[in-house]
Amino acid sequence: MKLSVSHVTRYVFETPVTRLIQSHRLTPSRCANQRVISWEVNMLKAVRGAAFRDGAGDWTETVSVDGPLDAFEIEVTGEIETEDFAGVLRDHREKVPPSAYLTPTARTWPSQPLRELAEDTLAPLDGRPAIERAHALSNAVADAVEYVPGETESLTTAAEALEGGKGVCQDQTHVLMAVAQMSGVPARYVTGYLFSAMPDHISEASHAWAELYVDDLGWVGFDPSNRVCPDDRYIRLGSGYDSQDAAPIRGVVSGGAGERLDVSVKVRDIAASEQQQQ
Amino acid sequence: MLSRTASHLYWMARYIERAETTARLLQMGARNALLPDIGGGFRNDWEAVLQALGQLEAFREKYGDPVQRNVETFLFFDASNPASVMSCFSAARENGRVVRTALTSQVWDAINTTFQEMQALHRMERSKLIVNELADWTLRSGALIRGAIESTQLRNDGFRFMGLGHSIERGDNTARLLDVKYYVLLPSLSYVGSALDQSQWATLLRSMHAHRAFVWTYKGEITAAKIAHLLILNRQFPRSLLSATQATVDHLDALARGYGITPKATSLARGHLGELAEAHVEDIFDEGLHQFLLRFMGRNGEIAQAVQSSYLVGVPE
Amino acid sequence: MPETFNEMIDGGQVRPAYQSLERWQNEMPADLRQMKQSEAEALFRRVGITFAVYGEGGDPERLIPFDMFPRVFTAGEWRKLERGIRQRAAALNAFLADVYDQREIIRAGKIPEHLVTHNEAFERAVVGMRPPRNVWSHIVGVDLVRTGPDQFYVLEDNCRTPSGVSYMLQNREIMMRMFPHLFVENRIAPVDGYADALRHTLASVAPKKCDGDPTVVILTPGQFNSAYYEHSFLADLMGVELVEGQDLFVEGDFCWMRTTEGPKKVDVIYRRIDDAFLDPLCFRPDSMLGVPGLMNVYRSGGVSICSAPGAGVADDKAIYTFVPDMIRFYLGEAPILENVPTWQCAKPDECKYVLEHLSELVVKEVHGSGGYGMLVGPKADQSQIEAFRHKITEKPWNYIAQPTLALSACPTFVEEGVAPRHVDLRPYCLVGERIELVPGGLTRVALNEGSLVVNSSQGGGVKDTWVLAE
Repeated sequence: MKLSVSHVTRYVFETPVTRLIQSHRLTPSRCANQRVISWEVNMLKAVRGAAFRDGAGDWTETVSVDGPLDAFEIEVTGEIETEDFAGVLRDHREKVPPSAYLTPTARTWPSQPLRELAEDTLAPLDGRPAIERAHALSNAVADAVEYVPGETESLTTAAEALEGGKGVCQDQTHVLMAVAQMSGVPARYVTGYLFSAMPDHISEASHAWAELYVDDLGWVGFDPSNRVCPDDRYIRLGSGYDSQDAAPIRGVVSGGAGERLDVSVKVRDIAASEQQQQ
Repeated sequence: MLSRTASHLYWMARYIERAETTARLLQMGARNALLPDIGGGFRNDWEAVLQALGQLEAFREKYGDPVQRNVETFLFFDASNPASVMSCFSAARENGRVVRTALTSQVWDAINTTFQEMQALHRMERSKLIVNELADWTLRSGALIRGAIESTQLRNDGFRFMGLGHSIERGDNTARLLDVKYYVLLPSLSYVGSALDQSQWATLLRSMHAHRAFVWTYKGEITAAKIAHLLILNRQFPRSLLSATQATVDHLDALARGYGITPKATSLARGHLGELAEAHVEDIFDEGLHQFLLRFMGRNGEIAQAVQSSYLVGVPE
Repeated sequence: MPETFNEMIDGGQVRPAYQSLERWQNEMPADLRQMKQSEAEALFRRVGITFAVYGEGGDPERLIPFDMFPRVFTAGEWRKLERGIRQRAAALNAFLADVYDQREIIRAGKIPEHLVTHNEAFERAVVGMRPPRNVWSHIVGVDLVRTGPDQFYVLEDNCRTPSGVSYMLQNREIMMRMFPHLFVENRIAPVDGYADALRHTLASVAPKKCDGDPTVVILTPGQFNSAYYEHSFLADLMGVELVEGQDLFVEGDFCWMRTTEGPKKVDVIYRRIDDAFLDPLCFRPDSMLGVPGLMNVYRSGGVSICSAPGAGVADDKAIYTFVPDMIRFYLGEAPILENVPTWQCAKPDECKYVLEHLSELVVKEVHGSGGYGMLVGPKADQSQIEAFRHKITEKPWNYIAQPTLALSACPTFVEEGVAPRHVDLRPYCLVGERIELVPGGLTRVALNEGSLVVNSSQGGGVKDTWVLAE
């Protein structure tokens, strides 16, 4: 599938900030699942530097702007060709061992209900193939945590999301990671974009899902929000230990106050829009 | 030099100087209070002192009417008053402590000892403390620290930042002390030239340890014009506004030479010095002493601001 | 408990290394001793060598008690220690380079993978990195105890930012000042080359992108840190800036220091703050102590951080057990220094043994430090033992246990004169272009009679440590 992405992040500061510095992971992963045709990250006035590909295979770039600054905009545009490997991440070069993704963070910290969810799901599947068990966990999470925006916050933990039974893709991903890790399955948080079949549909923001390490297959994506494994509608940016660690943009501002954030993400099917125009 | 280090040295010096000013005001207020009440306007001389320090509001909120005993406590020991001697010496020591390695052991000893003595005084019974002695102790301690700086510190950029702290604060302080006269006299101009007026000026001179200097330099009776000349324009008097501004310029010039860059602060200070050097007492009184002093403090503050942005934040403007 | 080895006396005889000290001690009248002791204290206070203990009330700027009786090593004893420490430092660095790259030691089955990668100290962020000279831990503090004339054990390794070296230097300074004749009578190897060696070590690991003389700084959490004195002391001795996070900023490919002459590029950061606080854009987002963006500059080769983030995975108490295996695996040598036998409570059979022998063992938290959270079985009462039994049963993986060693004792000044007190030793090994070790270290002494806990926070003191020249 050929997809085009337009992702605009705009910060507005009520009181101007004196300095802004950010770490970006806004460039698609290099793997067989996707091939970049063109990709650009644009900002005004920013000094760029300290860029590298890390051990997890993600491209990271550092950006700073000296103020006073009352607004800052990051515009990501690009075209990419994707392929469907039924969720399996293929030919992705990375050096971090999967076992490093067994360590929980504050957001994926175990709780008794999480433990029970993991055990109840996997008990009947003893001895079944790992991929089947992984699917079961993903489905169980989708059942246990309903996709309802506005019920949780960015700091909500897996344990809290499960208790509330509602959440967004971030929460579902955290819960899936927690139950996987507790069951001895390495799991990580993945960020990216998702194409939705409705034309010109504006999605809530960037999407997130989990990758579980399945012996013989490697890293396999699971998107409990849509009850699927990522296919050619998904564009992968980067991964981490949780939503904060994997965030495509992490930043700090000095001075200033009253930060407001607007994000708009548009993902289009290039072939479909060309047809429409004809 | 690390900007933060420079900043700590600069502020250390400013606080030492500020502690002395508070002590001088305390002395001046105590002495003025011994003179007969002039009535009207400000109810007493303590208000004038508090006003000059910009602390009248804060004092009223905490203590109500300015009673001498309370004012003494407020100006000397009150940690909630940022201008109290105690606050200033504590802040000076705290600034010094962070950059201990930039100070000679003599300087650190002098600051630390001052702080220890300060705490010992604080533990003493208030009734045993005499305000003049407290003020003398403060001035003596300040002199000890400054002497240690003068005689032991390497003449490097750190020395210049301490020097700047002293000279900028000193200019501001002399202007404030002089301005107290304005507040005291505010109620009625008819006192100008009266015996009371005379003794108030004399008190001001004494608090600046300038009485003898005045007598030797100007002879004869005390007049506002002569005093203004001494405290504003006399190059020989180390606390005059001109001397303080000259010192500021000298330190900034030394920094500019050392670094090979002449920042905004330097040109600003040079400009200010040029104007001041050409001023005459008559012009000052034409403008109005209070107006002139306000203007001076404003300019001095601008220089301080420029020192801040040129050197103390580490990223030049 | 086994018999204590007294380092001064062997078979009823004063050992040659201690003979002049024995005379010195015998000839010193009590009042002179008193006077010297207060003189030493005044000197320490004057230079400001204090440490802060928080949350305990009292004087926040406390002195570590200084014992004037030096501890002595012969040249022969030191040679062995030195070789053993260098060997250990080399192996620990090889281990770090390996676990963040190919993980050959894990592949070879010498160390279980989960102990390394499923470990809080393992930093995903530095996987695949190769710091300059592939050095990860630039200052290795090896804690040693002695149980006999030739028997030394390594108690633990400190690969992050071992502290205490300022005491090593100041103790010597003060002894030389107070008792110069002792230094005439004995040929004592000097330690004052440490600051130069440290500076050289740090400069030698400057990033490739740095041309010319590298700018080295020490990054401190600030004046409220308990080791702030040491930070400023070392900065001063090396002639480098002592910076806080707020003094640094990242722009473009480099890290810069705010100076009165404008931004100045920083090449090597000797950090005395923990990984988690280094960079809010990589680790804890609420950290005010670090420098936003620093890790990106580090990972793209613009600055060196010493020790490298992630170095802590080598000094974990669970990894400790495997250091002899590391030495054999990476260096192909036999370990010169022995480990204390250690039981891993994470292993059920070992945990069972530990629980059955709590009254004989020392139990430690895997991630604990400073002598906190530890049980000294033979010294504990029944309720303390039961409390630990409960803790170990709850979280077995959090504990290890070791036999109670008969730590050697050194003559120490006490109220009644001189008496033996238990000691340990921390030498500081520098790893950069070369591996260097100054002849000496920090001897900590448990001042309370019979006590085995030498930590300054729990009644420990310090001594000057002599290595006699050949």
